[in-house]
Amino acid sequence: MKSIIDYVYLVPLFPLIGFLINGLGRKQLSKSLSGMIGSGMVLASFVVSALIFNATRAEGDPITVRLFDFIQAGNLNIPFEFLVDRLSALFLMIITGVGFLIHLYSTAYMHEEEPHHFARYFAYLNLFVFSMLLLVLGANYLIMFIGWEGVGLCSYLLIGYWFKNKDYGNAARKAFVMNRIGDLGFLLGLFFIIQQFGSLTYGEVFSQAATMSSGATILTIITLLLFVGATGKSAQIPLYTWLPDAMAGPTPVSALIHAATMVTAGIYMIARSNILYTLAPVSQTVVAVIGLATAILAATIAIKQNDIKKVLAYSTVSQLGYMFLGLGVGAYTGAVFHVMTHAFFKALLFLGAGSVIHAMHHEQDIRKMGGLAKKLPITHITFLIGCIAIAGIPPFSGFFSKDEILIHAYGTNPLLYWIGLGGALLTAFYMFRLYAMTFKGSFRGTHEQEHHLHESPWQMTLPLIVLAFLAAVAGFVGIPELFAHDAHKLEHYLGPVFAESYKVQEAHQIDHSTEYMLLGVSITAILIAIVFAWTRYSKKPETGDATGFGKTLANKWYVDELYEAIISKPLNGLGAISNKFIEKSGIDGIVNGTGKTIQWGSRQLRLLQSGQVGTYVLWMVLGILLFFVLIIFI
Amino acid sequence: MIALLLILIPLIGGIGLFFVKGEKAAKSLSMFIAAANLGLMITALVTKADTAMHFDAAWLPQLGSSFALKMDGMSLILCLLTTLAYPVIFISTSNNQYKSPHSFYGLMLLAQAGILGVFVAADGLLFYFFWELALIPVYFLCSKWGGERRIAVTFKFFIYTFVGSLLMLVGLLYLYFQTPDLSFALQALYDVKLTTAQQSWLFWLFFIAFAVKMPVFPFHTWQPDAYEESPTAVTMVLSALMVKMGLFAVVRWLIPLFPAAAIQFDNVVIGLSVIGMVYASILAMQQDDIKRLVAYSSIAHIGLMSAALFVNNQSGLEGAIIQFFSHGVNVLGMWIVVDLIEQQFGTRKMSELGGIAQKAPVLTIMLVIVALANVALPLTNAFIGEFLMFNGLFQFNMWYAAAGGLSIILSAVYTLKMIQKVFYGESNATTAGAIDIGWMPKIGLSVIVVAIFIMGVFPKPVFALMNDTVTTVLGIYK
Amino acid sequence: MPINYYIILAVALFSIGVAGVLTRRNAIIIFMCVELMLNAVNLLLVAFSKMHYNNVAAFNPFASIGTDAQVFVFFIMVVAAAEVSVGLAIIVMMYRNIHSVDVNFLNRLKH
Repeated sequence: MKSIIDYVYLVPLFPLIGFLINGLGRKQLSKSLSGMIGSGMVLASFVVSALIFNATRAEGDPITVRLFDFIQAGNLNIPFEFLVDRLSALFLMIITGVGFLIHLYSTAYMHEEEPHHFARYFAYLNLFVFSMLLLVLGANYLIMFIGWEGVGLCSYLLIGYWFKNKDYGNAARKAFVMNRIGDLGFLLGLFFIIQQFGSLTYGEVFSQAATMSSGATILTIITLLLFVGATGKSAQIPLYTWLPDAMAGPTPVSALIHAATMVTAGIYMIARSNILYTLAPVSQTVVAVIGLATAILAATIAIKQNDIKKVLAYSTVSQLGYMFLGLGVGAYTGAVFHVMTHAFFKALLFLGAGSVIHAMHHEQDIRKMGGLAKKLPITHITFLIGCIAIAGIPPFSGFFSKDEILIHAYGTNPLLYWIGLGGALLTAFYMFRLYAMTFKGSFRGTHEQEHHLHESPWQMTLPLIVLAFLAAVAGFVGIPELFAHDAHKLEHYLGPVFAESYKVQEAHQIDHSTEYMLLGVSITAILIAIVFAWTRYSKKPETGDATGFGKTLANKWYVDELYEAIISKPLNGLGAISNKFIEKSGIDGIVNGTGKTIQWGSRQLRLLQSGQVGTYVLWMVLGILLFFVLIIFI
Repeated sequence: MIALLLILIPLIGGIGLFFVKGEKAAKSLSMFIAAANLGLMITALVTKADTAMHFDAAWLPQLGSSFALKMDGMSLILCLLTTLAYPVIFISTSNNQYKSPHSFYGLMLLAQAGILGVFVAADGLLFYFFWELALIPVYFLCSKWGGERRIAVTFKFFIYTFVGSLLMLVGLLYLYFQTPDLSFALQALYDVKLTTAQQSWLFWLFFIAFAVKMPVFPFHTWQPDAYEESPTAVTMVLSALMVKMGLFAVVRWLIPLFPAAAIQFDNVVIGLSVIGMVYASILAMQQDDIKRLVAYSSIAHIGLMSAALFVNNQSGLEGAIIQFFSHGVNVLGMWIVVDLIEQQFGTRKMSELGGIAQKAPVLTIMLVIVALANVALPLTNAFIGEFLMFNGLFQFNMWYAAAGGLSIILSAVYTLKMIQKVFYGESNATTAGAIDIGWMPKIGLSVIVVAIFIMGVFPKPVFALMNDTVTTVLGIYK
Repeated sequence: MPINYYIILAVALFSIGVAGVLTRRNAIIIFMCVELMLNAVNLLLVAFSKMHYNNVAAFNPFASIGTDAQVFVFFIMVVAAAEVSVGLAIIVMMYRNIHSVDVNFLNRLKH
C-alpha cells in the first residue's frame, strides 16, 4: 500500500521544476507569473511535507525511499535514496513553510527588478529550496553533501545577485570559498567514515557505530572533521566572517538562507549523526566550547553595529552558537527546538527589517531611523514580538528553546550556563537597542524619506503576521518537565531519532528548585537588560561612529584583517614568487637551460670544422692510434 | 572493423580536405566527417559486437609487429570522448576565420586519426607510431595559425615531447627483445617476465614520456606557453584529448607492464602529482590571461588523475577513468568560452574585461555551469570522479588526500575570481558592445552542459563500460 | 740482423713522416714526408719477407715464401708514383691561383 511517504520525491521535485521553468523561460514570463510559479511550487512542497509530517507522527521508524543507483565502485555502494523520519519531516516543514512565506514576501519586495532578473531571482530561490531539501532528505552522507554544496552555490548566486556591484561579488566569493574550506574538512570526514564503516548510508554507519566504545579515536576524528564542515556552513569560529558580508544580498535572501535554513544545515548534520557525537565526548566538548565562544563573540560585535541587517547577521551567528552549545552538551532535542523557534523569529526579524528598508527607500543605517512605530504599525508590532522572542522572555518561543539548552548546559558544567546567560543578556541588549533606535524616539532621517514612509503591501505584512504568531506560540510544543508533567511534545516526537544517544548519555538531573531559581535569575536579568537598552536608546540614540573599545567591537575585533594578513597575503605572495622565480627561473630555467647547453655544445663542436686540412689529418691520425690501442688491448 | 574505420575516416578525410577549395566547403566537409565518425562510434557502443571491437592484419611481420586494434571499456570511453569532442569543437568555432582553412581542418582531422589510433592500438610499435603521428599535425597547426611567440613555443613543445617519446622507444625496444618470439603484440609484451631492477629503469623511461605528455609536475613548463600560443581550437584538442593519451597510456601500458615498479615508485609519482596540483592552483590564482589560467587549472586536474591511477585501489582507478571523460568535456567547455571571448573582444586579459554578463547572459550562464563543473560541484560530472579519486587517494595515504584537498579550495578561488572579473562588475570600453553568442556556439555549449548534468546524476552506464579494464588492471597488480 | 732493428728503423721513419705531414706547412715538404711513410712501409715489408725466408731456408733453399711481400712493394711504389703525379699537379694548380704552396690557405671547406 503506497503511503504519502513513497511520494517524498515530489517535495524536492516541485522546486526543481520551478527552477527550470523560471530559469529557462525568464525572458518570456511576466513578473506576476514567475512569482506565482516560484511561490506555488514551494507551497505544493509544503502541502506534501505536511502530509508526510502527519504520516510520521503515526509511524516513528525511519523509512527509506530508493530512487536509483548512483555510485558503485567495488565495495562502496551509494544509492540515491531518501530517508523519511521524524527529524527530516520536521525540517521539511520548517524549510517549505518558512520558504513559502519568504517567496510570498519576495514578490512584493523585489518588484522593482526587471522581469527577467525577477524570474532569475525566483529561479535561484527555488534552486536553493531544492538543494536544502536534498540535504535533509538524503539517506546517506553523499546526498547530504550534494545538498550541502548546492546550498553553498545558491548562496553564492543569491548574495551576488546584483552582479554589477563588485563588492557584492566579493562577498559572494568569500562566502563560497569559506564554505569550501569547511567542505574540505567534511569530505575528509566522509573518507574516514568510508574507511571505517565501508558505507555512507546512515543506517549502516550508525548501527555499526553504536557498537563501538565511547571515546574511540576514529570517532573523535570523524566528528571533528564533520564539525569543521559545520563551522563553515553554520558560520562558527573560525569560518564565520562570510555571514555578515553576505548581507549584501536582497533581504529575503538573508532571511531564508542565512537565518532560517542554510545555516542550520550544520545543526541538522550533527543532530542526524548524534550517535557519533555522543560516543566522542572530546568532540562534544569542542562543539560546545566553540559554539559558546562564537555566541559571545558575535554578541559583543552586534552591540556596536549600525546597519540593521548586520546586527541581525551577528545575532544569527550568535544564536547558532547557542544551538551548537546545545548539541555539545547532549541537548539534541533542545538544539532542534531552537532551530525551529529561531527560524520563526529570525525570519520574522529579517523580513521586518526588509519592510523597514523598503519603507525607508533602501536606507539601512539605524542611526538615520527612529520613531517608525507610528508609520509602520504592523511591522512595528511584529518586530517587537520577534525581539521579545529572541531575548527569551516567556511565554514566547525563544524562552523555552534557549532555556532548555542552558539548563542542559548547567547540568554538564555550571560555568557554561553562566557564560551562556551572559550572552543572553547581550542578546537582549543589542536587540532592544536595535528596536529602540529604529522604532522609538524621533525620526532622524531626511525629510524626503519621512514623506515616503508607509506600511508595506499585504504580501509583505501577511508573512510577518504569520511568523509573529508562530514565534509567539511555537514554544508550547516544548514545555519542560518543570512546568507540566510529560508535556514536551517535541521531545516525544523526536524521541526515536535520539534514542540511541540517550541510552549512552548519563542524564543530568537538576532538581526543580535549582531550575526555578536559575529561571528566575535569567528572566529578571534579561528584563533589566531590555529596560535599560530600551530607555537608553529611545532617548539617546547613537548618531556618530564608535570610539575607544567600542571601535574594536564595531570593527569586528579586526578578525577580517587578521585573516587577510595570515592567509590571503601570504598565499598571494607565494603565488607571485612561484610565478616569477620558481616557474620562470627554476623549472623552466632547467628546461631552457638544457636547450641552451646543447646549443652551446654544438657551437663548440662546430669549431672543429675549421677548414684546415692539416687539423683534419691530425684527427685522423689520432683516431687510428686510438683504434689500434683499443684493438690491441681489448 | 569499426575500430579501423574510426581511424581511417578522419585520416582519409583529412588528406582529402587538403584539396578542397573554399572556406564554406571545408567547414561543412570537416563537420560532416566528424559527425560521421561520431555516428560510427555510437553504433559501436550500442552493438558492442566482437568483430567491431577487434581488428588484426599483417603489417610488418619481419619485425613481429601487426596492425592489431582492440577496443576495451576504457578505449570505448576515450574514443567516445574524441569523436564527441570534434563535432562540438567544429560547431563552436564555426564562426572563426582561418587562413587556408582547408589545411587547417585537414590537419585537425589527421590529429584525430592519430589520437584515435593511440586509444585502440594493441601493438607496441603501432602504438608508438600513432603516438608520434598525433603530434605532427599539431606541430603544424600551432606553427602556422598560432599567436606571436608560436615558433619558439611550438618548437619547445615538440622537442620536449619528442625527447620523452624517444625514451619510451628505447624502453619499448628493450622490452621487445625480451619477448620470446620477438613480437610487439600487446599480450606478448604483457607476458614478459622482468626482474624488479629491470622494471625500475624501464618504468622511468616510459613514465617520463607520459609525464611530459600529461603533463605532470615538474615536466609541465611547456604547457602554459603552448596552450597560450596555439589557436584555441587546437588548444581544445591538446587539452581535452592529447593529455588523455598520456593518462590512457599509463593504464594500458605502464601499469600492466611494470606492476612491481609501479608499486615501488608510487609514493614518488603520487607525491609529484599532489605537489603539482597545489602548485598549479597557486599559480593559476596569479594569472591575468584567461588562457593561462585554464591551462594551469588543467595541470591541477591532471595531477589528481595521475595520482589516482597509482593508488592501487578500485575507487581511485574508477574515479580516474570516469574523470578522463568528465575532464575532457568540462575543459572543452572552458576553452569554448575562452575562444568566444577572444573572438569577440580581441583580448584575453582579465584586467581588460568585465561586465559581460549584462549584455551576454546566455554566455554567462553557460560559463558559470562549466566553471562550476570544473570546481567539481556535486551533481556535475566532475564531482563523481573527484569524489572517488580523493577517496582512493585517502585510502592510500590520508595526508596526500588532505594536501590535494587544498586544490579544491584554491580552484574555487581562482575560478570565481575569473568569473567575477570577466563577467560580473561594470562593463568598460572593451566590453560595452558585447553581444550574446550565436546559435552554433549555443548548440556546442548546450551539448556540453547536458553532458555535465546527465553524467553527474546518472554515471552508472560509464561505470558499467569500464568494468573490464578495471578488473584487468587491478588483477595484474596482484 | 735481428728483425727488431728493421722494425725500429721503419717505425722511426714512419713517425718522422707522420710528424712531418702534421706539422709542415709547405705542401711539397708534406709530399716528401708522405713518400717517407710509404717507403718506411716498403722497408718493413721487405724485411719481413727476408725474415720468413730465413726461417724456412734451412730446410728448403728453393721455397718461395715471402715473395708476395716483395711483389706488394712494387704495388706500393706504383701507387706512390701515381699519387705524386696527381698531387704535384694539384699543387701546381694551387700555386697558379694563390701564388703560394702554404697549406694553411686551404680552408675553403669551412664555408
